[in-house]
Amino acid sequence: MAPRKTAAASTDAKPNVSAEELKTFYREMLLIRRFEEKAGQLYGMGLIGGFCHLYIGQEAVVVGLEAAAEEGDKRVTSYRDHGHMLACGMDPKGVMAELTGREGGYSKGKGGSMHMFSKEKHFYGGHGIVAAQVPIGAGLALSDKYKGNDRVTFTYFGDGAANQGQVAETYNMAQLWDLPCIFVIENNQYAMGTSVKRSTKSPDFWERGAAYGIAGEAVDGMDVLAVKAAGEKAVAHCRAGKGPYILEVMTYRYRGHSMSDPAKYRTREEVQEMREKRDSIEHVRQLLLTGGHASEDDLKKIDKDIKDIVNEAAEFSKESPEPAIDELWTDIYADVAPQDA
Amino acid sequence: MATEILMPALSPTMEEGTLAKWLVKEGDTVSAGDIIAEIETDKATMEFEAVDEGVVGKLLVKEGTEGVKVNTPIAIIGEEGEDMSEAKAESAPAPVALETSEGRADPKPANGASPSQPASPRPAQTPDWPEGTKMKTQTVREALRDAMAEEMRADDSVFVMGEEVAEYQGAYKITQGLLDEFGAKRVIDTPITEHGFAGIGVGAAFGGLRPIVEFMTFNFAMQAMDQIINSAAKTLYMSGGQMGAPMVFRGPNGAAARVGAQHSQDYAAWYSSVPGLKVAMPYSAADAKGLLKTAIRDPNPVIFLENEILYGRSFEVPDLDDFTVPFGKAKIWREGSDVTIVSFGIGMTYALEAAEKLAQDGVEAEVIDLRTLRPLDYDTVIESVKKTNRCVTVEEGFPVGAIGNHLSAYIMTHAFDYLDAPVLNCTGKDVPMPYAANLEKLALTSVAEVIEAVKQVTYR
Repeated sequence: MAPRKTAAASTDAKPNVSAEELKTFYREMLLIRRFEEKAGQLYGMGLIGGFCHLYIGQEAVVVGLEAAAEEGDKRVTSYRDHGHMLACGMDPKGVMAELTGREGGYSKGKGGSMHMFSKEKHFYGGHGIVAAQVPIGAGLALSDKYKGNDRVTFTYFGDGAANQGQVAETYNMAQLWDLPCIFVIENNQYAMGTSVKRSTKSPDFWERGAAYGIAGEAVDGMDVLAVKAAGEKAVAHCRAGKGPYILEVMTYRYRGHSMSDPAKYRTREEVQEMREKRDSIEHVRQLLLTGGHASEDDLKKIDKDIKDIVNEAAEFSKESPEPAIDELWTDIYADVAPQDA
Repeated sequence: MATEILMPALSPTMEEGTLAKWLVKEGDTVSAGDIIAEIETDKATMEFEAVDEGVVGKLLVKEGTEGVKVNTPIAIIGEEGEDMSEAKAESAPAPVALETSEGRADPKPANGASPSQPASPRPAQTPDWPEGTKMKTQTVREALRDAMAEEMRADDSVFVMGEEVAEYQGAYKITQGLLDEFGAKRVIDTPITEHGFAGIGVGAAFGGLRPIVEFMTFNFAMQAMDQIINSAAKTLYMSGGQMGAPMVFRGPNGAAARVGAQHSQDYAAWYSSVPGLKVAMPYSAADAKGLLKTAIRDPNPVIFLENEILYGRSFEVPDLDDFTVPFGKAKIWREGSDVTIVSFGIGMTYALEAAEKLAQDGVEAEVIDLRTLRPLDYDTVIESVKKTNRCVTVEEGFPVGAIGNHLSAYIMTHAFDYLDAPVLNCTGKDVPMPYAANLEKLALTSVAEVIEAVKQVTYR
């Protein structure tokens, strides 16, 4: 973690979480981690090409926030998107097969790691241009407000994107029009290889909301319970029609920016220390064990289930055929509106 | 010494206006800065100030007079005590003197039409409405507004957002009256943040709405280019057909008059190069209406390129409840057997005027208005070229990577054996748009250039 205070202090006890839910968090975070480890392996084997941005280390962010979401809420994010898709319930097989560019992928192999979507799960991508998803998220929120429902949109972006001009533009309009949009800044402290302190004079991104009148807070993103609690607060704010909310979630990515990261911009020790002392999965594991909510054997069983799911996804992603040649020429234009959300 | 007060030009493209109201009467003493009249254009009402002190001698134009040409004397102001009854006035320059480019004279103004001006050209074939349909005269501006209003009445998910679209009634008055009818929820004034509001429009389209995003001009859409291209145009493909952006980005495109390099660019070729976008660029009011209605209903992102100079022009528009023009269907405005002239948007003004003049010399040009550039009606072009064996393209955009370049290549590939001459492209010049009136005129293409190109390909 960055050596600074966050608004929500990390605690080990949250009265609003049941043992069952804690186990679910463990399971979901572990799924993301094992999935990403497998993706890294498949990349090394040449089965995944191009850009591949792994989410390892940041699992508590999406799992905590999804726990605060309800059916019909929307989410949109950047290119580091595998975790978000798994957390909102998309099929690991379809995600992995998209990574390998196969017919069985969510975009029939035409999107790749950075561009996946699910109408069913209200997941609107998967965007490859830093911060482009931010106004899109506000627009999704506008569509719900226009229709008069109380759904909210989780708009995820990183500390790097937070400095883009369109974020400022979007904050202004989102607050001006009271859009039900939760701006989730996943501050993993590095924009590619540039640390926040080398890119940004004022380090508290969430405080920028004050300039636009947007409420917000920072939260410990390595503590899934803290993330969930902050997410519930943000959701309540948006659902009540009070406009947008900013959550700056302090997190950390263990792996490189992409697969071709030189790892020269931070020390091995820094990464090691985060893994050993602040790991979000280990945190929940200890809560389960010390609280007597699960035994080592229970957790081993979960570990095995997850391993099976990930292996099955990997197998599917290898066996699914490449898209038919005809697919080159499909989905360029719609004959009818492609969705009616 | 008496001075003539001339009808002012209140905007770069104003050619005439209405003298709505005199705020002084003959014999009044005025000082510099006093408001003496209200002048109305189709875009705005402006107060007109005296630039010097003096006594109002004669009011030469009655209030309420429409169609007063820029630089027409409207009043005489003299020094105190001067007898103005026989005053020989000396012209004072109007605040803005406007030189119109060749081929831009309004063929038929909405009101006060001068009999010396030719009537609107009419298409020779491919009718878009049944024979005998009642017609009405409308400006392109009115046609665009009616198209939006009709589609907004028909579909609650259609809304319009952009700078000054609501309370100001549109920077070019295209959205005039929409706020009153549809309210602030559906006619949304945005702050000046093109990148941001274009992206919000894309998100709203992902979310199931049908946004019309107005850019005050397409020059400003470059701020939003990433959202238009990367987010709107490509998502359907990247999502394997799961979701896309059914929406319209519209606004004036291309050179207006004397607004300099940053406000005078034709983006037709840029947008037309992108798969996933549809691109419409109407010339007439009927096409503006019919194509915009089609654009709003289209389930894809549509770039709708209008033109400020065409906004005030009048054409015959079919008086139908639901008039649409399909995409990908060119319109033959004039049949001919000697040469094919292909154009679109304001380029049609050059093409049609050149064709008229050529006819006087015995050269019969077939004039095709592409109307949409994506999809593009290649068949109509090729069929025509097979008949005439010669082709000249006309557009105001830059010459490198122009629509005409693309058509030339296409015609070469598909009708090589029919060509009796190389295809020539009349385009804007390869320079940023200059401000000076004479240079601006040179930077655009012209009727003379089109005629010269036709003479070259017909070896005359």
